[in-house]
Amino acid sequence: MKILAVRNLKKYFPIRSGVFLQVTGWVRALQAVDLDIEQGVTVGIVGESGCGKSTLGRTIVKIYEPTAGSITYHDPDGHVHDITRGLPRKVRATFRRDVQMVFQNPYDSLDPRMTIRDIIREPIDTHRLFADSKVADEYVGGLLTKVGLYPEYARRYPHEFSGGQRQRIAIARAISVKPRLLICDEPTSALDVSVQSQIINLLKDLQRETNMSLIFISHNLDVVYHMSDRIIVMYLGHVLESAPSHALFDRPAHPYTQALMAAVPSWNPRYRKLGEVKLEGEPPSPINPPPGCPFHPRCPHRLDVCDRVMPEAVEVAPAHLCACHLVADDTARKAKA
Amino acid sequence: MEGTRARIIRSFRRHRLGMAGLAVLTVLYLVMILADFIAPYNFTATHRNFIYAPPTKIRFFDEDGRWRGPFVYPLTRSRDPVTFQLVFTEDRSRIVPVKLFVPGEEYKLMGLFKTNLHLFGVEESPDTAMVLPFGADRFGRCVFSRVLVGSQVSLTVGLLGTFLSVFIGAIVGALSGYYGGWVDIGIQRFTELLRSFPRIPLWLALAVIVPPSWPSTWVYFGIVTVLSLIGWMGVARVVRGMVLSLREKEFVLAAQVMGVPSMKIITKHLIPNTLSYLIVVSTLSIPGMILGESTISFLGLGIKEPMTSWGLLLKQAQSLSELQSHPWLMVPGLFIIVAVLSFNFVGDALRDAVDPYRTVEKV
Repeated sequence: MKILAVRNLKKYFPIRSGVFLQVTGWVRALQAVDLDIEQGVTVGIVGESGCGKSTLGRTIVKIYEPTAGSITYHDPDGHVHDITRGLPRKVRATFRRDVQMVFQNPYDSLDPRMTIRDIIREPIDTHRLFADSKVADEYVGGLLTKVGLYPEYARRYPHEFSGGQRQRIAIARAISVKPRLLICDEPTSALDVSVQSQIINLLKDLQRETNMSLIFISHNLDVVYHMSDRIIVMYLGHVLESAPSHALFDRPAHPYTQALMAAVPSWNPRYRKLGEVKLEGEPPSPINPPPGCPFHPRCPHRLDVCDRVMPEAVEVAPAHLCACHLVADDTARKAKA
Repeated sequence: MEGTRARIIRSFRRHRLGMAGLAVLTVLYLVMILADFIAPYNFTATHRNFIYAPPTKIRFFDEDGRWRGPFVYPLTRSRDPVTFQLVFTEDRSRIVPVKLFVPGEEYKLMGLFKTNLHLFGVEESPDTAMVLPFGADRFGRCVFSRVLVGSQVSLTVGLLGTFLSVFIGAIVGALSGYYGGWVDIGIQRFTELLRSFPRIPLWLALAVIVPPSWPSTWVYFGIVTVLSLIGWMGVARVVRGMVLSLREKEFVLAAQVMGVPSMKIITKHLIPNTLSYLIVVSTLSIPGMILGESTISFLGLGIKEPMTSWGLLLKQAQSLSELQSHPWLMVPGLFIIVAVLSFNFVGDALRDAVDPYRTVEKV
């Protein structure tokens, strides 16, 4: 069952300057992104800093208004709504309940002036899950236990907790309204390595239990591989490759994906081959993106056509899409033969 | 389960100066409520024989050194034949005992019960003997009684005015910062326009709108409104700045994702996170409000006789020669200082108490 379908999504941020805040340029954070979310499936989104992965997450939850494209939301009754337009109040409420988010920085995502109880009660009370406040408090205690904390923590304040504990609280808050889709925006990047794995396992356990879908945004390939059923590789607002996670890691098709994989250091320092990393420089500015394929200035296999035409995504294997001229040529040749 | 409130109270209690300030303020406000009862005389009653009388000496031992309980001597007024200054001489031939709960001028206690009992006083005609703890002014009115009654204006003008202005400022600032864009630009240019007016002339201009025919309570609320209409801009600007940074915080985004309505985000997340600033601003602007009220009163456009306030009382102590010969007219100033200091101490203590980060280091 489908929950969300993103088609051709664009998000440009205006750059304003001057007294009357004239628009003097655009930050092209997202350019033509497609994405489908099925019930119970985890989609991982990877990419370097500034590639638009957080923007994608935030646009899906309507923190940002998309510039173009559509996001269709399938509500539990099977009705389909385009959430980029204004929604009727009722649909809006279901959507706000159905899609929740866990943020990157647990030191920033909990209101320092509220107790843990009030923090977790906020979504519960907003959606009026319980008529009786006592029952709601018990439910909060149960949630805290579920995420591996003690119910007594409810009366404490966020500053009394470590980063990992805070992230657990943020997760408890997000799952309190039983969402069907949970968007995790780099939930582990602010945490210690040992705590990272706990949080990841917690998310996996919760997903198994509730059969919710996850969008897992990260720049950490290991974590994404561990979490995801399907992985999307983003670069400068474009989706370069999209494949089931095993396929992506076994046979990365796009030169950028290959370079990313090569850049992951081995856990054993002796086997690290950082000298062989082919990826140099930094992604170009999204204010002034290069023409053609966004990756061509750094691509080791650059063709003549790359700086002129943006490659279309082609299916290199079942459900394995890749947007690269080189790969497209190969596939076409194979198909002929 | 210990709530936020319990924690704030506990932390406040540990702050000694704050507790002292709170005690002083409690006394001041209690006295203010019971002003008519504690004041020995009606604050408007003039006493011909006691014009510029110095504070009365309350004695316990008579000429022979015998214990007689608290008493005063009757005063007679005469002029020094050389300097023409008023001289008060005590008539030591008889004593006038100071008693508790003596009948005096009639008044309505807290505006409800008609009575003529006063906390202390002398059972003697005010033509011959009076008990004047702070002396008398140029109409022979009891300064002590006037200070007590004046506090009814001074102590409430600051509170009400500050409350109103911080309320307006916080809401306008939060709206401006949260919605941004054209709302923000509009509000900011408007406050800049208001702020660019010189303050005192603007006060005066607004105070002139208050018609002189209004009864004194209306005038009072007029003054409160005038003071707070000018005081909110500073609060609004700073709250806007704080909200601009707060609205990008992930806990605000999280609330948006949860579907919490905008007004609730403003009141539950944004304004509470500016609370310590608001409290400091409130305590710091109460004295400003008191001074503002006295400025307006001094210039003749605020509280008018026969109503009184500390600022209006201080007006009599403006000239140096007055101060030299009748220093007790400065007493209302002393009350202003004490009230202002107390507000500051309480404000400090409150700010520390509402700051959740401090509890850890203090436990």
